[in-house]
Amino acid sequence: MSDIILLGTRKGTVIFDRSNSTWRPRPIAHAGIPVCYAARDPRDGTLWASLDHGHWGPKLSRSRDGGATWENVLSLKYPQGARYIVKYLPTPDFDPEAPAGQPEYKDATVFKIWNLAFGHAGQPGRLYAGTIPGGLFVSDDGGDSWVLNRPLWNHESRGGDLFTGEATSKNLWGGTPASIDYGVFEPGIHSIVLDPRNSNRIHIAVSSAGVLETADGGLTWQSRNRGMRMDYLPNPEAEWGHDPHFVTGCPGQPDHLWQQNHCGVFYSDDSAQNWKKVSMPDAGVHFGFPIAVDEHDGLTAWVVPAHADSQRMAIGGGLYVARTTDGGQTWQSFRTGLPQDHAYDIVLRHGLDIAGDCLCFGSTTGNVYLSEDRGETWQCLGNHFPPVYSVRFG
Amino acid sequence: MPGQPFSAGLFGAIRLNGMPTVKMTQHLYRFFPALENRTVTVQAGSVAEILHAVNQIAPGFTDYVLDERGALRRHVYLSVNDTIVVDRKTLSDRVQDDGTVYIFQALSGG
Repeated sequence: MSDIILLGTRKGTVIFDRSNSTWRPRPIAHAGIPVCYAARDPRDGTLWASLDHGHWGPKLSRSRDGGATWENVLSLKYPQGARYIVKYLPTPDFDPEAPAGQPEYKDATVFKIWNLAFGHAGQPGRLYAGTIPGGLFVSDDGGDSWVLNRPLWNHESRGGDLFTGEATSKNLWGGTPASIDYGVFEPGIHSIVLDPRNSNRIHIAVSSAGVLETADGGLTWQSRNRGMRMDYLPNPEAEWGHDPHFVTGCPGQPDHLWQQNHCGVFYSDDSAQNWKKVSMPDAGVHFGFPIAVDEHDGLTAWVVPAHADSQRMAIGGGLYVARTTDGGQTWQSFRTGLPQDHAYDIVLRHGLDIAGDCLCFGSTTGNVYLSEDRGETWQCLGNHFPPVYSVRFG
Repeated sequence: MPGQPFSAGLFGAIRLNGMPTVKMTQHLYRFFPALENRTVTVQAGSVAEILHAVNQIAPGFTDYVLDERGALRRHVYLSVNDTIVVDRKTLSDRVQDDGTVYIFQALSGG
């Protein structure tokens, strides 16, 4: 059972401690600084926070004493020569059928360190970081140094190896709206799913490109978007351009992957070789950002539904969590303990987590809720937190 | 020591005449307390050279003000005396011996 919960919020890192069955928040860390992701490395207990300084650039912060003190980690940087083909947000007169103009190249810099993943127990010091503009970084020394995964960065779907020239100059990845705050429209890696059985197998999800898998430790990457559908491009089944909001896997049944996508909820029981849409709009299960899966049962997952992309808020003013136990064939809604009047909460992609029978989520309204019975009833841990970007059990 | 001027050169905490001064938003003192309550003077040179000289005093300073390409971060403004630098990419503007470099942040809120 987990005894701490970390929140990444717009105003800093909030850590809850469990004591005598009561969860209490500590004074905020990184006060005043947006923290887009915070998590604890289960291997050595190191706490990590990804700082989203508005002025001073993205930075990692690390605590090796349980949060008593934090140190800056300034080592995650794009290497010289890392370039990408610039994307622009489509304007009202954008014509997707028009021939593309000359590609525009840009030197890569980190806009956002969107999430972190911790390597296998047998890989001490191995960390992964997903970033905007679409680079996956790997560390083997606990974050003291980072290396850009070049096979993914140089993937043919992004235009090939731009370190050495103009390559194919054909970029099929889209930008993520989450990057617009930084004045750009570039892709971002927000999900990194490690296979507990095989350290060489990793799935990542990219907004807005889709899901990719490596089975050889990052030497090669393949798209894993078969069965996906998108509503916003002329060809809804195109290989690239999908907008997964979050992808997660079942640790006990790693072939079972779940995806809350911009265009619905998707499920795979074959390691993302094929996806199946399991949305149930009549039950409100369709649009949203986060998704959690049971640690042992790959058929059981939870979402926090939202109205739609045009109204990113709770449906009908009532906040609820939906759970499936049959791979998305049916969904059950749970509202006990959650506000049912005038609730306009939206839970972002990293804002829901699970540990055993406990689930916790936080919203951009600053509400944080905890369930200790697999999502059926909820208790409020507070209503006045800053907008919550991430929730992770430690 | 608060209030004591210092330089980035071999002369340690001795204020040298005829060297550019660097002034900055107090927000940076949170991350670099060594720069607080001091007059920061460095050898004359380009803006880029001056920022890297400050980085010698406060390691990591340039990671906050510049991106990994050496360009000014988007929401950072920098002026030499009262002239905002236009070359934000290579920071090639020359700062005279009696010049002052100001580093401040664009205002934003919420």
